[in-house]
Amino acid sequence: MAKGNGNGSSNGSANGNGSSNGSANGNGNGSKSRARVGAVLEKTDEKIRGSQAWLAIFRPGSVYRRGYTDSPRNRSYVIMNNVLYHLHPVKVKRHAVKVSYTLCLGGLSFFLFMLLTVTGIFLMFFYRPTATSAWSDIQTLETAVAFGSLVRNMHRWAAHLMVLAVFLHMCRVFYHGAYKSPREFNWVIGVILLTLTLLLSFTGYLLPWDQLALWAVTVGTNMMGYTPVFGGSVKYVLLGSKEIGNDTLLRWYVLHVLLFPFVIVIFMAVHFWRVRKDGGISGPL
Amino acid sequence: MAEVPEHLLKRSQERRQALGLPTDGDAETPVAADGGGATPPPPPPPPTGGGDTPAADDAAEEPSDSRIPAHLLARSKKRRTTLAGGEDAPEGGGGGGTATAVIAPPVAGITGPGGHTQRLLTVVKSGSIQQTRAEAQDKVHTWPHLVVIEFASMLIMTAALTIFSALVRAPLLGLADFNRTPNPSKAPWYFLGLQELLTMFHPMVAGVTIPGVALGLIALAPFIDKNASIKPTDRKFAIAIFTLFLMMWAVLVIIGSFFRGPGFNFVFPWNDGIFFEL
Repeated sequence: MAKGNGNGSSNGSANGNGSSNGSANGNGNGSKSRARVGAVLEKTDEKIRGSQAWLAIFRPGSVYRRGYTDSPRNRSYVIMNNVLYHLHPVKVKRHAVKVSYTLCLGGLSFFLFMLLTVTGIFLMFFYRPTATSAWSDIQTLETAVAFGSLVRNMHRWAAHLMVLAVFLHMCRVFYHGAYKSPREFNWVIGVILLTLTLLLSFTGYLLPWDQLALWAVTVGTNMMGYTPVFGGSVKYVLLGSKEIGNDTLLRWYVLHVLLFPFVIVIFMAVHFWRVRKDGGISGPL
Repeated sequence: MAEVPEHLLKRSQERRQALGLPTDGDAETPVAADGGGATPPPPPPPPTGGGDTPAADDAAEEPSDSRIPAHLLARSKKRRTTLAGGEDAPEGGGGGGTATAVIAPPVAGITGPGGHTQRLLTVVKSGSIQQTRAEAQDKVHTWPHLVVIEFASMLIMTAALTIFSALVRAPLLGLADFNRTPNPSKAPWYFLGLQELLTMFHPMVAGVTIPGVALGLIALAPFIDKNASIKPTDRKFAIAIFTLFLMMWAVLVIIGSFFRGPGFNFVFPWNDGIFFEL
């Protein structure tokens, strides 16, 4: 209440006795002062909502301009005037909101990606991708940085979970026959997204530069080295040298934090766009 | 002849019954026979005699020139005789039962192309003059119905992940050492199926050919599976193949993860422990 008075002090003085506002409030002059405070608050609210800055931020039709009352029109405006919600159409098929149909797997994959981006950016503040400092940076992160251990754990577990979620999402889509016309192309995009998810996870696997990372990646890249015809080149490009080392670490770091996220975001955009263009999610069985 | 919508026919029939007219012969008329019946107070018809006579004269005098189909004329004639035969419902003449509905009493100067002084109100299907949506879909507003579910699932996921991360530490083994190869060395879990294949095939087959072909086949699934139905009962083969593939993959990953010990030899986790790090 005091805050409200402070806000509307200019209005209060215009009313006549702005100073008495606060004290009257204290000794229970009841509804009268409350009504006055209410009026001041209302005026302030009107002033803020009418200001140029407010109108510049919130587009015409935004519920922050005129307030939200539940009506079909406002339900549509909420979706149309928010950049994130705007991924959705204003209306969706009734069966599409059934959790038992989608199990939220596609949405959760996307959410895990966002979570991984946020936690990953946090980790980047404390990590240097060199063979001499990578491992000790993580040690420091775990022991000396506030929430460092928690955020690293979240990043790791969310990564495994995302691989799982994307994979299960693919299974769900297959069993619903949702890859059939007109969604063929979006299925192909989805398979590319699955591959990119695996690559993101695998490139991140090396970064801690511990025994687990080094040898898991050794096993993985040795397999890729057996690619027919240009196996040697593939391995060399991936490792940045003949053996895993400093160059590999830098290379995989850049792939992990820049290139693959960049590419996967583009494919995700196409994926989401096509979901809508192909008529929303597929029909019930 | 255009089909008359079911509900119009039904209404017409009801109206006829209310008027006590024959319902069988005229049931499938293409003409809006119930123009008057639709609204409780029917538009005031022209006086039965005055409205009928000129029209009747027109039709009777020049039947060859007329564009009114013969069967309609016949029906009109039949109707007129019915009315003359003692039916005294005044609305019946205007809009209740006749095939033709008289819009206005004929004015001397205004006649149609064929010299007609009357118009036919025919039933026109909505699709033929205006675009209509194929079918209405059962939809709900994204806000709040979908957004609320997404928000809840995000909250649950965040809470579960935070709690799990607070309790379970991500592995961090000793500093990478090229001179100390751990035994066994395992790939990340999602590649352990491939590593398991390595024990059976040449590395090129296990590491490149099989995953490449598998991924390619999955990507091409919509172009291989030409079956348009999405009903599980129509897709037994596709579902069987895919399930088989998933099961095979899961079994390989589980064996690679939990049943492989030192030297990547087969072990039972309950005897020798688990050699697996996430």
